[in-house]
Amino acid sequence: MAVTKVVMPKLSEAMETGKLIKWIKKEGDRVNGGDILAEVETDKADVEMEAFGSGVLRKILVKEGDTAPVGSLIAVIAEPNDDISSLAGAAAPPPAPAEAPAAAPAGNGKAAAATAPSQRPAAVPPQPKTEDHATVAKTEPAAKSPAGAEAANAPAAAVAEGHREQPGAGEGRVKASPLARKVAAQSGVDLHLVRGSGPGGRIVRKDVEAAASAAPQGARAGARPQFRPVDLTGPEFEDQPLSQMRAIIAKRMPLSKAPVPHFYVSSEVAMDRAWELREELNGLEGQPKISVNDLVVRACALSLLQHPGVNASFQGDSMRVYHRAHIGIAVALEEGLITPVLRDCHAKSLAQIAVESRDLAERARARKLRAQEMSGATFSISNLGMYDVTEFSAIINPPEGAILAVGTVRRVPVVEPSGLGVGRRMTMTISCDHRVMDGAMGARFLQDVKRLLEEPLRLLV
Amino acid sequence: MATQKFDVVVVGTGPGGYVSAIRCAQLGLSVAAVEDDRAGGVCLNWGCIPTKALLRNAEVVHLFHRAEEFGIKLSGFEADYAEAIRRSRRVADRMAKGVEFLFRKNKITLVPGRGVVKSATAVEVTGAAGGMTLEGRALILATGSEPRSLPGVTIDEKRVISSNGAVRNETRPGSLVIIGAGAVGVEFADVYSAYGTSVTLLEALPRIVPIEDEEVSAQLARIFTRRKIEMKTGVKVQSVTAGDKGVKVTTDGGTIDAEQVLMAVGRAAKVKDVGLEKLGVAMDRNFVKVSPMMETSVKGVYAIGDMAGAPLLAHKAMAEGVVAAEAIAGKSPRPVDYANVPSCTYCRPQVASIGMSEAKAKENGRGVTVGKFPFTASGKAVALGETDGFVKVIADKTTGEILGVHILGPEATEIIHEFAVGRTLEATLEEIIHTIHAHPTLSEAALEATLGALGQAIHL
Repeated sequence: MAVTKVVMPKLSEAMETGKLIKWIKKEGDRVNGGDILAEVETDKADVEMEAFGSGVLRKILVKEGDTAPVGSLIAVIAEPNDDISSLAGAAAPPPAPAEAPAAAPAGNGKAAAATAPSQRPAAVPPQPKTEDHATVAKTEPAAKSPAGAEAANAPAAAVAEGHREQPGAGEGRVKASPLARKVAAQSGVDLHLVRGSGPGGRIVRKDVEAAASAAPQGARAGARPQFRPVDLTGPEFEDQPLSQMRAIIAKRMPLSKAPVPHFYVSSEVAMDRAWELREELNGLEGQPKISVNDLVVRACALSLLQHPGVNASFQGDSMRVYHRAHIGIAVALEEGLITPVLRDCHAKSLAQIAVESRDLAERARARKLRAQEMSGATFSISNLGMYDVTEFSAIINPPEGAILAVGTVRRVPVVEPSGLGVGRRMTMTISCDHRVMDGAMGARFLQDVKRLLEEPLRLLV
Repeated sequence: MATQKFDVVVVGTGPGGYVSAIRCAQLGLSVAAVEDDRAGGVCLNWGCIPTKALLRNAEVVHLFHRAEEFGIKLSGFEADYAEAIRRSRRVADRMAKGVEFLFRKNKITLVPGRGVVKSATAVEVTGAAGGMTLEGRALILATGSEPRSLPGVTIDEKRVISSNGAVRNETRPGSLVIIGAGAVGVEFADVYSAYGTSVTLLEALPRIVPIEDEEVSAQLARIFTRRKIEMKTGVKVQSVTAGDKGVKVTTDGGTIDAEQVLMAVGRAAKVKDVGLEKLGVAMDRNFVKVSPMMETSVKGVYAIGDMAGAPLLAHKAMAEGVVAAEAIAGKSPRPVDYANVPSCTYCRPQVASIGMSEAKAKENGRGVTVGKFPFTASGKAVALGETDGFVKVIADKTTGEILGVHILGPEATEIIHEFAVGRTLEATLEEIIHTIHAHPTLSEAALEATLGALGQAIHL
C-alpha cells in the first residue's frame, strides 16, 4: 500500500493558510479514504478535511491550533511497515507553486531534498483520475448547499499526493484532436479529465466517447418521472441515513430561511419572441444549443449590473454591493442539489453562457466540479421548468441577496388586440433578502429581466 | 539438408513481405526472405507497377488523339502495343532491382525458391539450388494472392486471360470481354480501348466500380460510354467457351463473341501448399485469421497482406508488414486502421476514395452533410484540359467529422491523401478549410468540396 501525504487543502481561491482546529483521527488510527481526518479553519469557514488515502495515520506534523500554509505536508498516512522517515522528519515545507511542479521546496538538508521530487502539492483538491495514486478515494465534492454560499461546513478533501501523468483538472494545455474537442464540447466532457490513447497521450475521439458513456447515469437522466412498482408487503417505513449532501442541506436551510426575512415578487413573461429567437439560433450550423435558462441567465446578468441593489449581500453592519454578476445555477442531483457558479456572466455571450453552464452542470452531476466553481455567487437562479412546474419560490443562498425561481414555458390563451390567441408564457419569482432590498427594488429588477426576455434581441447586443 | 538460422523468416517478397523484412532489419533483426519469383512480388512485377506503366502509355496515346486540341498537327502516328508491354516490363524490372538493392543494403538474405512452413519456427525452401531449411524465432507469411476465375472457366492465358497474361502478352486482341468491372477490370478496359481494342465490360453488380460511391460509378460510366467502351452491368456470366478463333461468353442477357476474355473477378489468397493446415493456423473463410498485431493463431507466426484478408491492397500489406515487424521486435505498434485505407483506381479519370460512401454514411444513421465540387470549375483542371470528375466530401453534420471522400478526376489518387492525413489526425471540415491550398492546383477542388459541405463554396 502506498504512502499518502496529507497536505493542507486549498479551499478557496484566496486561501493561503489554514488553521488546524482539531484532529478527528489520532496518530495510530486506521483511516479509510473518505474518513474525516481533521477540522480546518479557513478565512471563510471551518471545513472538515477528508482522507484520500487508506492506511494508518502514522504521523501528524501540525499540532491543533497551529497554522500551516496551503500545500504543506501536515500528516502522513501509510501502512505500519512503510518507511516514512524521509517524510516524517521534514517539517511542513512551504508550498510549491502549482505551475512549477518540479520546484524543490526550500527545505534544509537531506531530508527535504529526499522528498523534493514528490513534493508537488496540488493547488486544489484533485479530481478523481484513473492514473492517480491508487489510494485516491472518491471525491466528495465540497458540496455547496443551496443555503451555504461559502462552502461552509462542507466536507473538503485533504489533498493526497499522487504521481500524476498529466496536470490536474483545469490545469495546462490539453492535447486533443479537433474532432475530440468537438465531440467533448457537444457531450459536455471535460478534456482535462480524459486520458488520451493517441500518440504522446493525445486525446482522440474514442477517448472522449468512452468518457462520455462512462459518465454517471444521473448525468443523462431526463426529467421524466419513472414508475416504480410499489411493494405493499414490506415494512411500513424505513429510516435512511442522511447522505453528506442531504445532511448539509438540512443543516443550512433553516439557517437561511429563519434569519433571512424573505419576500417574493412574481412576474409573467411573454416568451414568444425569446422562443423564436432560440429556435433560430439553434438552427444555425455550428452554434451551441441555447436553452431557455441560458436566456434567463443572460437577462439576469445584464439586469444585475443595472440594479446593484439586487446584486448585494447583507454583511451584518454593512451591505456589500457587487459590480460583477457571478450567477449560481442550481443543478438537481439524485441526492440533493448543487449550485455551480458561472462567473462574470455580464461579460459573456449567450453562446459562452450556454457552453459553460452545460459544462458546469454536466460536471456537477459527475461530481467533477472544482472547489472554486462552487462558491462566490452574487445571485442564483433555480429553474424547474423541465419538470413542468408553473411557478415556485426558492430559498436564498446566504450571503447572496436574492434568488430567481423560474417555471416552465407554457402555451396559454392570451388576449391579443385582434382577439384570443395562443402565446408562450413563463412565470418567474424572485426571493429577496428584505434586509438588503425592498419590494419595489426587486420588482424593478424583475421588470428589466422581463423586458429583456420579451425583447430578446437585446440579449444579443 | 542445410539449415540456416535467422531471427525472422519472411515468406514472400511482395509489398507486405519486403517491407516487413526491411523493417525487421532496421530494428536489428537478422532476416531471410523467401521468393519463388522476382523480389517485389505480384505488385511490382505483374500488378500495380507494370499496369501503371501501361496506363501511362494509354494516356499518352489518348493525348496524341487530342493533339489538335492543343494546336499540334500530326500526320498520323503509330502506337506500338508490344513496345508498351516491353516498356512496362522494363519499369517492373527496374523496380524489382530496386527491392533487391534494398535487401542488400539492409543485409537481408534473399533465398530463391518456394517456402513451405514446417513448424512455427521453420520454413523449408525448395528451389533451383536444391532444398534448405530456414529457422526463425518468428515467421512472417506474405504469400499474397492470385487471380480468381469463375466456376468452370479455365484461365489459359491465351483465349481466357488474367491480369498475369494481360501484362505479358505483346499482342492485343481486336475485341475483348472483361468480366468484372472493379479496379482491375476498368484499368485494363482503359488500356486496351486506348490502343483500339473494342472492349465490353461485364459486371454482375448493378454498376461499374461497385465498391465506390454511386455518383462516381455513374459518372465514370458516362465517360466510358463516350469513349465507346461497352458496359453491361447486373449481368451474370453463365459460361465462357474458348474456340480456335475466339471466345463465346454466355450471360443471362445474351451471348458475346470476342477474341479474348479477361477474367477480372477478383483475387484469391494463396493459402494452399504453404503448410498452414499442418501447423493448425486458424482461418477466417479463405483468409488467415490474424490479431491486430498480425499474429496468427500460432504464436510467433505472423501473416500479412492479401492472405490476411481484405482489402487486398499493396499499401495495406505494407502497413501490416510494419506492424508485424515491430511487434516481433518487441515494440507496441499502432494497429492498422482499416477504416482509413485509401482505395485507388488508375483508369482515366482516376478514382480515389477513403472512408464511407454517402449511402453507407446515411445507413449508419449519421446526419451527414455533403460537399461536391466539379473539376470543370477548377482553373488547373481546365488548363490541363482534364475536367471530367469531381471531389465529394461527406461529413458528420454536427461534428464536421470527415466520414468519406470520393474523387473522380485527374490525379485523384494523389489528392486523396490530404483527407487520409486529416482523418488520421481527426481533423474536421474546419481544419481542412483553414488550410491554405495553393492556387492553381487540383487540390483546390478538395478545399472547395470541403467548403461546400459547410455551405461556403466560393467557386461554385
